[in-house]
Amino acid sequence: MPTTPRSFQEIILRLQAYWAEKGCAILQPYDMEVGAGTFHPATTMRALGSVPWTAAYVQPSRRPTDGRYGDSPNRWQHYYQYQVLIKPSPPDLQDLYLGSLEAIGIEMDMHDIRFVEDDWESPTLGAWGLGWEVWCDGMEVSQFTYFQQVGGHDCHPVSGELTYGLERLAMYVLGYDDGNAMPWNDPQSPIPLTYGDVFREAEAQYARWNFDTANTEMLMRHFEDAEAECRSILDQPAEDPKTGRRIVMALPAYDQCIKASHLFNLLDARGVISVTERQAYIGRVRTLAKACADAFVQTEAGGWTAPA
Amino acid sequence: MPDLLLELFSEEIPAGMQGKAADDLKRLVTNGLVEAGLTYASAGAFATPRRLALTVEGLSGESPTVTEERKGPRVDAPDKAIDGFLRSTGLTRDDLSVQDDKKGQVYIARITKQGRLAEEIVAEVVPQVIRSFPWPKSMRWGTGSLRWVRPLHSILCILSGDAGAEVVPFEVDGIAVGDTTEGHRFMAPGRFSVTSFEDYTAKLKRAFVVLSPEDRAETIWHDATQLAFAAGLEVVEDKGLLSEVSGLVEWPVVLMGRIADDFLHLPGEVLQTSMREHQKFFSVRNPSTGGIEGFVTVANRETADDGATILAGNGRVLAARLADAKFFWENDLRVAKAGMRDWLEALGNVTFHAKLGSQAERIERIAALAREIAPMVGADPAKAETAARLAKADLSSEMVFEFPELQGIMGRYYIAEAGEGPDIAAVAPDHYRPLGAKDDVPEAPLSVAVALADKLDTLTGFWAIDEKPTGSGDPYALRRAALGVIRIVLSGGLRLHLDRLFDAQILRHEIGEQPDSALTALRDRILRAIANDGVFGSAARAILDEIGGDAPDWIDRIAGHEADVSDDLLSFFHDRLKVHLRDEGIRHDVIDAVLAMPNRDDLWLVVNRARALQDFLSTPDGENLVLGYRRAANILAQAEEKDGVEYRFGADRKFADDPAETALFDALEAARPQVDAALEAEDFAAAMGAMATLRPPVDAFFEAVQINADNEILRRNRLNLLHEITEICTRTADLSKLEG
Repeated sequence: MPTTPRSFQEIILRLQAYWAEKGCAILQPYDMEVGAGTFHPATTMRALGSVPWTAAYVQPSRRPTDGRYGDSPNRWQHYYQYQVLIKPSPPDLQDLYLGSLEAIGIEMDMHDIRFVEDDWESPTLGAWGLGWEVWCDGMEVSQFTYFQQVGGHDCHPVSGELTYGLERLAMYVLGYDDGNAMPWNDPQSPIPLTYGDVFREAEAQYARWNFDTANTEMLMRHFEDAEAECRSILDQPAEDPKTGRRIVMALPAYDQCIKASHLFNLLDARGVISVTERQAYIGRVRTLAKACADAFVQTEAGGWTAPA
Repeated sequence: MPDLLLELFSEEIPAGMQGKAADDLKRLVTNGLVEAGLTYASAGAFATPRRLALTVEGLSGESPTVTEERKGPRVDAPDKAIDGFLRSTGLTRDDLSVQDDKKGQVYIARITKQGRLAEEIVAEVVPQVIRSFPWPKSMRWGTGSLRWVRPLHSILCILSGDAGAEVVPFEVDGIAVGDTTEGHRFMAPGRFSVTSFEDYTAKLKRAFVVLSPEDRAETIWHDATQLAFAAGLEVVEDKGLLSEVSGLVEWPVVLMGRIADDFLHLPGEVLQTSMREHQKFFSVRNPSTGGIEGFVTVANRETADDGATILAGNGRVLAARLADAKFFWENDLRVAKAGMRDWLEALGNVTFHAKLGSQAERIERIAALAREIAPMVGADPAKAETAARLAKADLSSEMVFEFPELQGIMGRYYIAEAGEGPDIAAVAPDHYRPLGAKDDVPEAPLSVAVALADKLDTLTGFWAIDEKPTGSGDPYALRRAALGVIRIVLSGGLRLHLDRLFDAQILRHEIGEQPDSALTALRDRILRAIANDGVFGSAARAILDEIGGDAPDWIDRIAGHEADVSDDLLSFFHDRLKVHLRDEGIRHDVIDAVLAMPNRDDLWLVVNRARALQDFLSTPDGENLVLGYRRAANILAQAEEKDGVEYRFGADRKFADDPAETALFDALEAARPQVDAALEAEDFAAAMGAMATLRPPVDAFFEAVQINADNEILRRNRLNLLHEITEICTRTADLSKLEG
């Protein structure tokens, strides 16, 4: 029986060890601002096509509108998700998932774990799937999804995706109602740090920038730039004139799509997007995501094979 | 007579889909079995979060052998025709027999369908049902192509009889059939085999699974009420939640907790909504104060600490949720106490509909119309306008953003906090009503004025931009809005000229907001005149006439306004009214008969005429008078067509030739003032009663008198008399619209 972890980081380390032991490639966070772990190309792009895939990683995520200047016990504009993606989804994925909860110290015999319907949809990614939110004693601790479509493409085979909201899960396991108070490293360390020690200052600064200071004209311009660059990358012919090789640049294009998506989130937090415009912006990002998905399935990683 | 047991074991099925899925499974499998020739005594289907189960008892062991005769071509038909017949029957020429027919000798094929074992039929029907199961949403998983609501893991399918149980052999996309299943995911892991439905339910129970959703619901409700009762409290009934929660657990364990004191001051609706929507908790009320003080949660298992850890965890989640709700409530109170101006301004940025402007513009239109309607329904115009302005302010509040179903309910609290009286505050929840066929209509005059204005603005708006409901879709719930207006008008006995209100509000949509206060005042003055006296009324025309040279361009719109849009909207109302009255048993032709009368936009009048006519028609007098009327109208119509003239005037008593004719003149003379007086008083029953006195003299008249007399003077006089009969008979309704 695993012991109760002592810190936020120990929960992450245990998840890493658990999923590594189950055969996942442990990847590192994507080096761009994203709204959720799903945006990592290791999920969005790799869920496309027929090539098998298995990956797990921590993804720092940003939701500017969730900023509370570091004052909220359970909301931050920057937070962490732990993401697992396995394609094809294995038949025992639910059991694997429950094993991961045990690994981080949740005693199955004492808690009430439930799979409660929650269909997942990302309008910006043109993606949807069916699954559940997983409840532990009434607390949502994860999102569990069987991807059916990504970037407008039907998923064949289907990927199983697990997303753990790390702060909330850790608060529950560690027994803290105030996330800022939970230990980041071991409380017995020579220099113990809490989650708040690490992030409260940053939260205040980003909240001020996100809500009141960010230059909206610049953000809009950058949105347009990212959109234009994404299209222009995808407009390039598949064959690289310099090397003569077939190089479909789906991933660089997708970086621009990620950028556009985050810029939209920033504009949204600044309150300069009306309800009608909102739909239009989401539609523009979705168009990019679909174009990137179309390109990715033209790559070998996306299942493309040279005609015989 | 074997019994069939089928279980489809999957990952967690959404609670809301379980009930229909169980019904569908029963219907589709039993239909399939019956179509294949089997019979059965009874069937039952059940669902838990992880399984659908079906038991079919008393199934016949095999389908009967059936022989069918098919007539073919004539013996002398071309070979091609005969070969075709052989192909379609699967026989050779030697198998055919010959029979005499009207046309000569024809070939007859005897096709025998051998009976099949139940086992074979089940193995064919069940996979078909699985492959085409009507889930509202289904998915694929892994590398497979089968669709199910969530991954399907195993299938149990056995036929059991005196000789024991046999697995029915089939497979669906690699899922093999067996006689085993699993119990509770956590409390009894591992597979076990079963031999019959009885054995199945008993073993499931030992493995901590209650198969029947009704049993689970009963346990939950029983335990919850007992727990609450023991604490001197009561559970707030919520059937929808009970059914949902029963679909989330296989082994229900009820736990009760208290809401922390910090949150007890929140409105009860907020506590209930937050607990139900986020946590699927029942609310627990203190019967002496009515306040919500506790919650009931339903866990899916027993634990060594009797649920203490689970209850504590749920309590913590609830505290975090209620802390959010309290945060919203406190922020909202600040805005409310300051008069809600921030919210109203924010509604200017919220689009109601691309072609109908923002919520703020909509609220202005509703406020203006509510002001016009107020005096018609006994409300104060200024108060109605204020109430309409504030009734939707809570749409900008944080609480309603979080819980849209609290719209109006929060408004009532916030408007009171803003310092308005309870009558204005009550308009916020009440102006949305009736929310459905079973919801009450608002009764307070202020609420009635704003509820009508809100619905009429929506209806006229969508009519003005030509986005009406279609057979397949009514995305803006316009039918419900119209029915709401109808119910409010009828239950309040309101006398409204809907046409005038339609025209005024359609024009308000068309004219839109004005650049300055002088034009706004002019617009409102004209629209008020239209709302009160109609678009062609003298009041509106007088204002139009007095406007000089530099009139705004929309004046032409008013002057040239055509009523076709409001006519169309009125006939939409009439259609809704027919549907509404049909439930009351009023015939559609009765409604048509009264809709042919003037003031058909006064729905109260229409309905009272209709009720009186329906009652009248159910009496012998009424029935016979309609016959008499019809006879008169037919003879008159034929004569008028033949003669090319209308017999409308001058029936004269002095040309009465027969005593029956004289008697009819007398009766008409006597009835006319009574009918007039009754109509004046809008007492349609009395008017019909007075008409009914005409029945004997009319009958006697037709009996004794030949209308088409040779004497042209007598004939004309009698035709004119017939017109008087039809005229008096159609004072309350157009009897010609009645179906014979």
